[in-house]
Amino acid sequence: MKAAVLQFPGSNCDRDMAVALEKAGADVTVVWHKDAALPKVDLVAVPGGFSFGDYLRCGAIAAQSPICLALIDHVNKGGYALGVCNGFQVLTETRLLPGALMRNAGLKFVCKTVGLKVETTDSAFTRGYAAGQVVDIPIAHHDGNYFVDDETLAALRDQDRIAFTYTQNPNGAKADIAGVLSENRRVLGMMPHPERAVDAHHGGTDGQALFRGLLDQLVQA
Amino acid sequence: MKARVHVMLKNGVLDPQGEAVRHALGALGFAGVSGVRQGKVIELDLADGTTEATVKEMCEKLLANTVIESYSVELA
Repeated sequence: MKAAVLQFPGSNCDRDMAVALEKAGADVTVVWHKDAALPKVDLVAVPGGFSFGDYLRCGAIAAQSPICLALIDHVNKGGYALGVCNGFQVLTETRLLPGALMRNAGLKFVCKTVGLKVETTDSAFTRGYAAGQVVDIPIAHHDGNYFVDDETLAALRDQDRIAFTYTQNPNGAKADIAGVLSENRRVLGMMPHPERAVDAHHGGTDGQALFRGLLDQLVQA
Repeated sequence: MKARVHVMLKNGVLDPQGEAVRHALGALGFAGVSGVRQGKVIELDLADGTTEATVKEMCEKLLANTVIESYSVELA
């Protein structure tokens, strides 16, 4: 499986994301935001960080960069994409995923390991977990308070597109949502950092199943 | 010419920063502040003849996230 990890000024989880994908067996290329084209890849990963200093809104400027036009094209053609933390914010700003990420309800930056409940196993990203399984994954964000209108929330529930929920809501996110899938289930955005839980030295390895599940499915495809 | 864009969180979207400001005003002894909403003002220097429709397009595409924010445009 081939993957691209996007890199913006202010990205800081790009290397961790590349390492996590490589450990799972992917062939990874890091791509600079000014590039207008992606290499031929199965998956595009949008990493965490503070792209463009979070100016205007988190992810808003990155969403307008040349590489994001290529990302939108990749997704529209049925390609896979994973956005973590700032990457999730970028995916909502491009409107590839519904909703928006607002300032944490407690106004503080929250950096800790949280419990996540796997709400659906029906995706390449979550097939490596058991339904209802609770996993420990770190979060580190100031703007992770997921908002969607009630109508969209009902649609997300009907279509089984809520991937993960927090066992204890750390940021005020609507319906405890930590991660959501696109309609075709090939795009996942999540605030927690699975790439920071793939090595015993990280203090946990619960993120491995996400990358391995993805690899298994995309290698078969 | 100039345009001034006001961006606010939509009604019904909880504004945690506005709430914190409201609490702080209460702590300073200002009684009776029942609500605070915090937004942003963006000033644009524009070529003469730029239409309001163009500025609205800027708002839709970048300046506001219409999932959570509303905007208004003043041309001067």
